[in-house]
Amino acid sequence: MENLLEFFSFADPNIRYVTLGSVLLCSSAAIVGCFIFLKKKALVGDAVAHSVLPGVCLAFIIAENKNPVLLVAGAFLTGWISLVAIDYITAKSKIKEDTAIGLILSVFFGIGILMLTWIQGSGIAAQSGLDHFLFGKAASLIGQDLIVFGTVSIILLAVVFLLFKELTLISFDGAFAQSIGFPVRGLELILTTLTVLAVVTGIQAIGVVLMAAILVTPAAAAKFWTDKLKVMIILAACFGAVSGVTGAYISYIAPSMPTGPWIVMIISIIALVSFFFAPKKGIVNRLIEKRRIQNQITEENILKLLFNIGEADEDYFKARTIKDIIQRRPFHVSVLKSGLSRLKNQGFLEKENGYWKFTEAGKTKGQRMVKLHRLWELYLTEYLKIAPDHVHEDAETIEHIITPELEKRLEEKLQYPKLDPHKSEIPYNN
Amino acid sequence: MVHQVEDAVLEIHDLTVTYNKKPVLWDIDLTLPKGSIIGIIGPNGAGKSTLIKSIMGLVPNSSGYIKVFDKELNKVRNKVSYVPQKESVDWDFPASVLDVVLMGRYSKLGLFKRPRKADREVALDCIRKVGMEQFLNRQISQLSGGQQQRVFIARALAQEADIYFMDEPFAGVDAATERAIITMLREMTEKGKTVIVIHHDLQSASEYFNWIVLLNMRLVASGPTALTLTPELLQETYGGKLTLLAEVGNLMEKGEFPTRDKR
Repeated sequence: MENLLEFFSFADPNIRYVTLGSVLLCSSAAIVGCFIFLKKKALVGDAVAHSVLPGVCLAFIIAENKNPVLLVAGAFLTGWISLVAIDYITAKSKIKEDTAIGLILSVFFGIGILMLTWIQGSGIAAQSGLDHFLFGKAASLIGQDLIVFGTVSIILLAVVFLLFKELTLISFDGAFAQSIGFPVRGLELILTTLTVLAVVTGIQAIGVVLMAAILVTPAAAAKFWTDKLKVMIILAACFGAVSGVTGAYISYIAPSMPTGPWIVMIISIIALVSFFFAPKKGIVNRLIEKRRIQNQITEENILKLLFNIGEADEDYFKARTIKDIIQRRPFHVSVLKSGLSRLKNQGFLEKENGYWKFTEAGKTKGQRMVKLHRLWELYLTEYLKIAPDHVHEDAETIEHIITPELEKRLEEKLQYPKLDPHKSEIPYNN
Repeated sequence: MVHQVEDAVLEIHDLTVTYNKKPVLWDIDLTLPKGSIIGIIGPNGAGKSTLIKSIMGLVPNSSGYIKVFDKELNKVRNKVSYVPQKESVDWDFPASVLDVVLMGRYSKLGLFKRPRKADREVALDCIRKVGMEQFLNRQISQLSGGQQQRVFIARALAQEADIYFMDEPFAGVDAATERAIITMLREMTEKGKTVIVIHHDLQSASEYFNWIVLLNMRLVASGPTALTLTPELLQETYGGKLTLLAEVGNLMEKGEFPTRDKR
């Protein structure tokens, strides 16, 4: 608790810098990630993230220290080479893109680990902390490192801001962009470069292994909440920022703890929450919606059945028992009971001493369902030429879907027919 | 049966296009007249889309050249509009109808600039022309197939071009909308624009188009509708592949042959 207060009071300038740096690089990577995600290049991002490791090691071997400018240059170089290699393999051989990505990712990462191991055995004095490049350490994001990685992040943001329209267009419809004479190859080159740079910004704070998650997960999570690109980008940036701050905090209270996995944990939780609970597109919402529709179907089926029974008895308002209903149609008893009590609450049915009967509104609604069922059967036989004994099942489903507007069109198209294909009367209001 | 015209808006000279080294279009030679509505017709795999893509410079040509308004395409791109097949993009993209139609203005805007008020108004006008005004801010994945197609047509109209290439613009569009769009395209041709449409339905072709291009890996015919939509020429277009041609193509795909001899 004390730690928490101390951290979030931002009294210590180092904490300020580390937090600022983490937020900046996580959100800029998330923004670039939106375009990578929309262009369906998420795996490419992962390949780049792993492929920068040999470059980082190479820079270290040459400089014998952790000069951030050199590290960025080295990481950029091998990240770039990996992308060119993937493109080349895909274009010039029979190997498909997914295989090429897997190949390049593992080969480059393997070489990187080999070099890292060699450095650790070489006795170069400044090597301590080099392993942070695998899983990251946000707390080391101060001084010159912050300036270099922060600058790269700001460059990323500036380029995306300037080329927003162009990047959007090539992500949506590359062929059209080319047809109006936009330099699509150049723009794709820029997006590729942005991808590599976004990965490079994270090598210190997040580490190369997990950088791909920061690139793509915020975008994937944001897509659940909105259908507007600008909102999606802002959301992704916020998600990135939140995980960045958390990462910085963890790195502050537990210096020996790698930051990357923590940041990825946070962003994954955000993604999972979005996946389950986002309005409209979330899983939970869709389950609730499915449930609502199932209930509606049960209710409408009960009303329809009561109307059918009433039709046969020529008494629509006679009270019925649950047994009467189940005899006509094999409802699950529990489903039927809960359906009946919902209908009572909605005012479509009344209950007296265990007997159920229509209210006026209930009868009207039951009548409408029967009408829709029979109209649809007629439509199928007349317009789709389906045999009368094959139309019932179809109508059982469609009767619940037809909107009042479609109902009107159906009636007009069939010209208010009197009988359905089975010679039952179609009941109209009035 | 290839009619050549004077002052052609489009001239294709000896065009061969290969895909994975296999020729899909052989030696196409044609010219198209200004101010007409032109249907490109042929069976599946005839190379109709490839022809349009190669005119737009989206696939490389192995030989020959293409001139639009007697110039190279790159010099007149802002007068040329292209409607790709609807399936070529992911409609789950986070964009509204207006966003997509505004893309039609990008060629006028050039790089870096944001759409201005005037662009917005042109876009709105084009959306109205295709009858989509009540869906202005609807996300594009929530449109029916026919509505998505209309969005693409509106985007093309927003380009205010002089020649339009449309790859199956009527796929998934209901009959009434199709008719409305054809009427609108015809009005455009009366104002001197040229519209080239890949079309599938032979029934309506004779009514819609005043010039027909029949294609099946090679050019079968190009000319006024009355002279080209004849049973003989249709038989030649649809009456099966030329097997010898197809087999040579397969050999070229497998071997390391160049498409054209180097001179």
